[in-house]
Amino acid sequence: MRRSRWAALPAAARIILLSVGAIIMIIPFLYMVSTSFKTATYVFTTPPEFIPDPATTANYEQAFSTGDFGRYFLNSLIVATISTAISLLVSSMMAYAFARFTFRGKEAIFRVLLLGLMIPAIMLIIPQFILAKNLHLLDSLGGLILFYVAGSLSLNTFLLRGFFESIPAELDQAMQVDGAGAWRRYWRLALPLAKPGLATATIFTFLACWDEFTLALTLTNSPENQTLPIAIRLFAGSGNNAVQWGLVFAASVIAVVPVIIVFLVFQRYFVQGLTSGAIKG
Amino acid sequence: MTITTLGESLGTDAAGQVPVASVPPARQRRRSATRAGIVPYLFIAPGLALFALTVLYPTFQAFQLSFFDWKLVASASKFIGLDNYVRAFQDDHFWLSLSNSGIYMVLTVVPQIVIGLAIALLLARKSPTQPLFRVLFYLPVVTSWVVVSLLFRFLFSDDGLINFTLGDFLHLTDGSTPWLADRWTALLAICALGVWKGIGWSMMIFLAALQGVPTALLEAAEMDGANRWQRFRAVTVPAIWPALLFVTVMLVIGGFNVFVSVYLMTGGGPAGRTDVLLTYMYSQAFENLDFGYGSAIAVLLTIIVFVLSVVQLRVFRDRNGEGAL
Repeated sequence: MRRSRWAALPAAARIILLSVGAIIMIIPFLYMVSTSFKTATYVFTTPPEFIPDPATTANYEQAFSTGDFGRYFLNSLIVATISTAISLLVSSMMAYAFARFTFRGKEAIFRVLLLGLMIPAIMLIIPQFILAKNLHLLDSLGGLILFYVAGSLSLNTFLLRGFFESIPAELDQAMQVDGAGAWRRYWRLALPLAKPGLATATIFTFLACWDEFTLALTLTNSPENQTLPIAIRLFAGSGNNAVQWGLVFAASVIAVVPVIIVFLVFQRYFVQGLTSGAIKG
Repeated sequence: MTITTLGESLGTDAAGQVPVASVPPARQRRRSATRAGIVPYLFIAPGLALFALTVLYPTFQAFQLSFFDWKLVASASKFIGLDNYVRAFQDDHFWLSLSNSGIYMVLTVVPQIVIGLAIALLLARKSPTQPLFRVLFYLPVVTSWVVVSLLFRFLFSDDGLINFTLGDFLHLTDGSTPWLADRWTALLAICALGVWKGIGWSMMIFLAALQGVPTALLEAAEMDGANRWQRFRAVTVPAIWPALLFVTVMLVIGGFNVFVSVYLMTGGGPAGRTDVLLTYMYSQAFENLDFGYGSAIAVLLTIIVFVLSVVQLRVFRDRNGEGAL
């Protein structure tokens, strides 16, 4: 007889409690989507409307036709894709070395790398700005890519080391006996077998780059080099009254929908990443 | 996973992992590795070089900058010792920002733990609706800070949904609270965002940890006549203690690192009254171009966070879940 601790709490009460909580979590999203389909006049109505009437797609049309929105979107895609690819390659190489070789200074170097998990990214914003300036990487996509890769190295190496270590070393040794070099064993054996790990690392890195705001705000200033989060913020301006909320949320929906789709499709990798590595909330 | 592993993952150890029972510790699987001369160094060289240039060197430089009156033209910069730190201690706005960061930390960490754990307990039993609820609660976590910050600025605006709900709908207020125009109400709004966005994360960690609670012990306790609260205290809490510690430490760190939400919801206003340490640091550095002072604030924040983490690890480790609460 297996009775869970909450068995006594009637199932219906539990569902009701959870539903109320879930509704509170979801209302802001619903209201955001609804507002994105409203014209400026209908944004603040009493009572608030969750089903826009009249509904309009004007905000979406305006978002796409306003200045450089397409450019921002493309920039985000480019920066996130290239950063993720470089980060995955470089950190999986490191992770492989840590998982499969003994060498002098191994654990010391690994510990130094883990510092990257402990130093809050924003603490480095000032010196990284200076570094970007000295490297002539201010206001360029290359500068963003460099620091996005840097920011994800520690976590990915940490995560992938664990995955590589869970691959039986005998496979590696068998390949070695057959005369395969280290690179071949890494590329042909370790990487294919660590696919779930690579998927987790890819998703977390890509989304972190896609959503990154502070570095993009600090390092870039011309529209041709800025990314989606900056665009959304520009739409919102800095004052409070003249904000075109419909437009802001149309842009937000465009930025958020791909993320939510990725999350829904690859849920299990999220849970895996969350529970096997220290993801910084 | 043990509490020691967690402590090490936050401190110095290599193989630290989120303390979740279902994940096998990586170290147990470590086999005798191959000796291969220069090869491993070739594998780590690109990543390590990149890391040294973009993370290690800036870390060192952050400390260095804080001892300078730093100018964009290097030759005009001058070493001023601890002056930036002395200035911080005498700067009322530094203390205001620090207290705002502290308030944010307290007002977001506690609800995230309590509510996150409550939801995890409600969801712990497998049921057809469990995956759906899990997704719904986790959705804010995956949404970008920029979007949700602007969204909450909108919800808390004068004619926004919050005022309507509290005023016209629940009749708790007169429905015209200018939330973002006053320090305390604005901080409350910012904290509401922090809690709303973070609950799903702590819930996920607790949910994973609850898988490791020994059912047999719960049943035994029940048969001995322990009520639900007693079982929770005596069985569940000790079993999820490492996760509890992990979540607390991470949330405290995260709380002090709050930046984007404040920057986008109030910009530190009105008149800097809602500045937290990092928005203050940011405006000192990138509006006043006072990189030295900005760095000193960043270093002080790092020290505070580090000390708090060590203290928590000590306190939690000593109690180790037994007789806690």
